[in-house]
Amino acid sequence: MKQRAMTVLNALAVFAALVVLWQLILLVFRVPPFMLPSPWAVVRAVGARFPSLLNSLAITAEESAGGLVASIVVGVLVALVFAQSRWVRKMLYPYTLLLQTVPIIAVAPLILMWVGAGIPAVTLIAFIISVSPIIANTTQGLISVDENFVHLFLMHNASRMQLLFKLRLPHAVPSLFVGIRIASGLAVIGAITGELFAGSSRVGEGGLGYSILYASSQLQTDYLFALVLAATVLGFSFLFLVMFLEWYFLHRWHESARAPEAEA
Amino acid sequence: MNAGAGVPGIEIAGVSKRYGSANAVLESIDLVVAKQEFISLIGPSGCGKSTILKLIAGLAVPTSGAIRVDGMTPQNARETISFVFQDATLLPWRTVKQNIGLGLELQHVANARREKEIAALLKLVGLQNVVTSYPRELSGGMRMRVSIARALATSPRLMLLDEPFAALDEMARDRLNEEILRLRAEQNWTAVFVTHSVAEAVFLSDRIVVLAPNPGRIHAEFRVELPAGRTSAIRNSEEFNAIVARVSQSLRETLRQ
Repeated sequence: MKQRAMTVLNALAVFAALVVLWQLILLVFRVPPFMLPSPWAVVRAVGARFPSLLNSLAITAEESAGGLVASIVVGVLVALVFAQSRWVRKMLYPYTLLLQTVPIIAVAPLILMWVGAGIPAVTLIAFIISVSPIIANTTQGLISVDENFVHLFLMHNASRMQLLFKLRLPHAVPSLFVGIRIASGLAVIGAITGELFAGSSRVGEGGLGYSILYASSQLQTDYLFALVLAATVLGFSFLFLVMFLEWYFLHRWHESARAPEAEA
Repeated sequence: MNAGAGVPGIEIAGVSKRYGSANAVLESIDLVVAKQEFISLIGPSGCGKSTILKLIAGLAVPTSGAIRVDGMTPQNARETISFVFQDATLLPWRTVKQNIGLGLELQHVANARREKEIAALLKLVGLQNVVTSYPRELSGGMRMRVSIARALATSPRLMLLDEPFAALDEMARDRLNEEILRLRAEQNWTAVFVTHSVAEAVFLSDRIVVLAPNPGRIHAEFRVELPAGRTSAIRNSEEFNAIVARVSQSLRETLRQ
């Protein structure tokens, strides 16, 4: 417990030092506020425009969560198909790599054309960008079951479905969570990037990415900083939520998910 | 009930096994195991003793020759066979109780009957205090107990044990050896036991088959003429050590060839 308090204190100290450094840079180099606002100006911007900030945050959260959930559902289904045979994997796996390597900026205009600007388009982008780590990790978990376990199931004349749902799927849950952890960050990044060009069907109102673009075009740099801060908070919240779920589902039986004290 | 009377427990006739075009793992093995007999297979690494178990279980198919279990093909006899693996092979996401019930669950045994069987087994192997523990919370010896209980849950007539105690310390191993003998006396299954330990083989078996490697073949057989109801005390007896000496000698010969 004491050690955890120390960790928090250390983190706070670093934060304070960064704020001081920020303020010093402003004073020493006389940076104009539209290029770099003061910490205090950012805090004021948060306070002054809190409702619209919250609104943007809610929109982006919805899009990233939607994209992430879609990724988990689709990713697990695809992995279940991939786990059926080496042949299927060899044939289809290259396409998931394609999904991972396609520059999202390049296909964004297409998505915009097909789906139209707004929340569905951005959710789709968040999904595309976050699905492949879930496919890859879950597939790995499904197929890396020790041979003895398979033999054990065969000795009981287990059916294909029993093998899949009583052995392979539970065995893949830790790997699935590794995938979700990576995907949660990507989904938020995907949503914000998506919003930069497919953000809103209404002028002046949209998610964090859209508002960042809007604020920068208006030279509202203090509000822009507030938005970036909100985006960071969103990313962190997603990660913490996923880590909590991982701990909740795995800590009783899996080594990787022991209580945090184990590391201290 | 007596459909299989007169049929040997296991009949292995002229069995060879090779993987691909590689050298034979097993070469013309002939072996008959009587019902309720306890035999041990012992031999240096690469003599194919684990392969014999897999063939009996129907987890591998012989390249030539035939295997009958209770007069049936291994695949058809599976319901009567239980396999105990070298590591306990427990599902880490299941509690002790859920692990023991796995076989019954896979065979769609009704819940109420399952609960009853599991409760009896927990008592039989002394696991009442760890019913809801997960495998990672247990010692190696305890895990192996769970593994044995799971194997017994489906009331097997044939137990195949593949070096089940190799990873345990000597005390745990000796205790489990005694338990195995006790369980077998109560339940009368046939057993094929693979081990590296001569003393373990002598303690447990009615008969010991020594295998030689490259290719795997039967080198010698020993009948263990020790009384039933053996306890650890027998390990200090002259007869016991005489047999251990003879089997060890034979084992050394397989390496010299």
